[in-house]
Amino acid sequence: MRAIQDLLGRRMPRRMFLLAIVAAGLALSWAIPHGNWVNKYIQMILVFIGINIILASSLNLVNGYMGEFSVGHAGFMAVGAYMSSVLTLKVFHLTGPSALFPVAILAGGLAAGLCGLLVAFPSFRTRGDYLAIVTLAFLMIVKSVIENIPYLEGASGLVGMKRLTTLPWVYFWMVLTLWTLRNFIYSTYGRGILAIREDELAADIMGVDTRRVKVLVFVVSSFFAGVAGGLYAHYLQFISPRSFDILKSTDIILMVYLGGIASLGGSILGATLYQVLMEVLRPGTFNQAFSWLPDPAFQWLSDRVFSHLDVWRMMILPLLLILVMLFRPRGIMGLRELPIFVPLRDIQERRKPGRGGEP
Amino acid sequence: MIDLRYVLQQALNALQLGSIYALIALGYTMVYGVLTMINFAHGDVFMVGAFLFFTASVLLHLPFVPALLFAMIGTAMLGAAIERIAYKPLRSAPRVSAIITALAVGIFLESAILAVNPYPRSIPQLLPDTTWSFGGVSFSLLQVLVISLSLGLMVVLDIVVYHTRVGMAMRAISWDRTIVPLMGVPVNLIITFTFALGAGLAGAAGSMYALAYPVIDPYMGVMVGWKAFIAAVVGGIGNIRGAMIGAFLLGGVEILVAAFLPSTYRDFVAFSLLLALLVLRPHGILGKARPQKV
Repeated sequence: MRAIQDLLGRRMPRRMFLLAIVAAGLALSWAIPHGNWVNKYIQMILVFIGINIILASSLNLVNGYMGEFSVGHAGFMAVGAYMSSVLTLKVFHLTGPSALFPVAILAGGLAAGLCGLLVAFPSFRTRGDYLAIVTLAFLMIVKSVIENIPYLEGASGLVGMKRLTTLPWVYFWMVLTLWTLRNFIYSTYGRGILAIREDELAADIMGVDTRRVKVLVFVVSSFFAGVAGGLYAHYLQFISPRSFDILKSTDIILMVYLGGIASLGGSILGATLYQVLMEVLRPGTFNQAFSWLPDPAFQWLSDRVFSHLDVWRMMILPLLLILVMLFRPRGIMGLRELPIFVPLRDIQERRKPGRGGEP
Repeated sequence: MIDLRYVLQQALNALQLGSIYALIALGYTMVYGVLTMINFAHGDVFMVGAFLFFTASVLLHLPFVPALLFAMIGTAMLGAAIERIAYKPLRSAPRVSAIITALAVGIFLESAILAVNPYPRSIPQLLPDTTWSFGGVSFSLLQVLVISLSLGLMVVLDIVVYHTRVGMAMRAISWDRTIVPLMGVPVNLIITFTFALGAGLAGAAGSMYALAYPVIDPYMGVMVGWKAFIAAVVGGIGNIRGAMIGAFLLGGVEILVAAFLPSTYRDFVAFSLLLALLVLRPHGILGKARPQKV
């Protein structure tokens, strides 16, 4: 760790280092599907991990950094998914990869951001549990409105989108999300977000424009939820109001708090861990991993233990979260950040003796 | 002109739905009162109650009253166990950790029931199909039973909370949790009792829900639980009488919308009204706005 920090300690190498990581990732995200380096199943998992990272890190902005409790993230995701799908299906009539696809994703994000504005206004007056209800109500209203619009095929859902979401696109939007969030969090407004979490009244008195900060936080967070929704819709090629119900929101919440609040690195970890665990805890993977065992033992394990995993895996994940909460109440990386996300001046400031750092 | 009998009939339906919401909302609001914690697993405790009732009445062929008691005692024990195992170690942790743990416990309960029983179950008719007609409005035995039993339980709860020593201790803890142990109140015991009481009421609600809307599945607690939570918030969370008012209000609105609009609009109208109410009264109907200390 120390060696990496020393490497990062000098200005130019650090910037080059980051650029190199991002470029290498982009090259990798292009090479993996084109060269078929891993099978389609693992490619699918990678796409979902990317989408989950966008969702978890954007929700972390509201729930972790600002300390509110939003349960409506799936609602913003739905707005983005439907907006971009309507554009590619009914306006652009896309039949293959096109430069209009990112436009549609962007439009989906903007529509979701606009909805984020609507949720931001009640947050001026209500906090905590009451705001949680406001976001829940928003989610239900979005679902209900979509169900009642025949143009969007109502409850039966939209089909027919082309699979335009590819691994490089997911990677691109993921990097854009993390980059934007990181710059936002370490900006002057970002310090205001943390101040609101610690004590809103004190932040207000100290000159933080709390209303403006809240509006920005909700708009930015919901924008990226909308982007993730658009990517999700153009990967699965089917969306319905039921794809974005309260259970979807709960999944994203699990990722955020598993990884750790107020930490972009934590959201990456939480989203990855969640998806990997969901996939690994299947009978198939265990059967494959233990196929070297002699036959009676393998047969016994396969029949008696592994075959129950489909049911058990849904119980293992909440148990894991309960354990994390008991031993690390703020999540695995709660309130800690990967050094690559922390600006240089913050690292240097923290190294000075006798100075407090970030909370 | 709107038929008066139709209105009365719908009011009866609203009372039935509202009383089930009320029994669940009481558990949310009592736990919030003593711990300022939202117990998101409560809706799933309600679901477990419905399944316990199903087990007792359909699989074990118990009559109604023993089956109801079985479900209530079972969920009360479950509620106490959840509190002791999952929530008690988190008393001094940040509030949100307890909320997340509650969400996780809820998912765990759903998956556990799903593991035992993967299919939705329908409950056969257990009560005789008796109806009385009174001035053109028909009462079924089921409706009378659900409403009177719920109201009875609420009266009992009101007596427990406002007229017994245990209830006094509960109210004292909700007033100030740091001072109360110095007065010799066994705080941990009272908190566990509160959870057991709330969970027992949820078990009763689950049993009655299973009787009245006779298909049960492991995810039934999610939506009903959230709605009961909304009822508790609308009434002013932490306030027991407020939770009852909120629940009957929500039941009334849902039945009203379903009576006059296509059923797909029900959630839309109910939640829009909720938003409007929260904008007008951010602390609920009976909730008090606590002044913020600097």
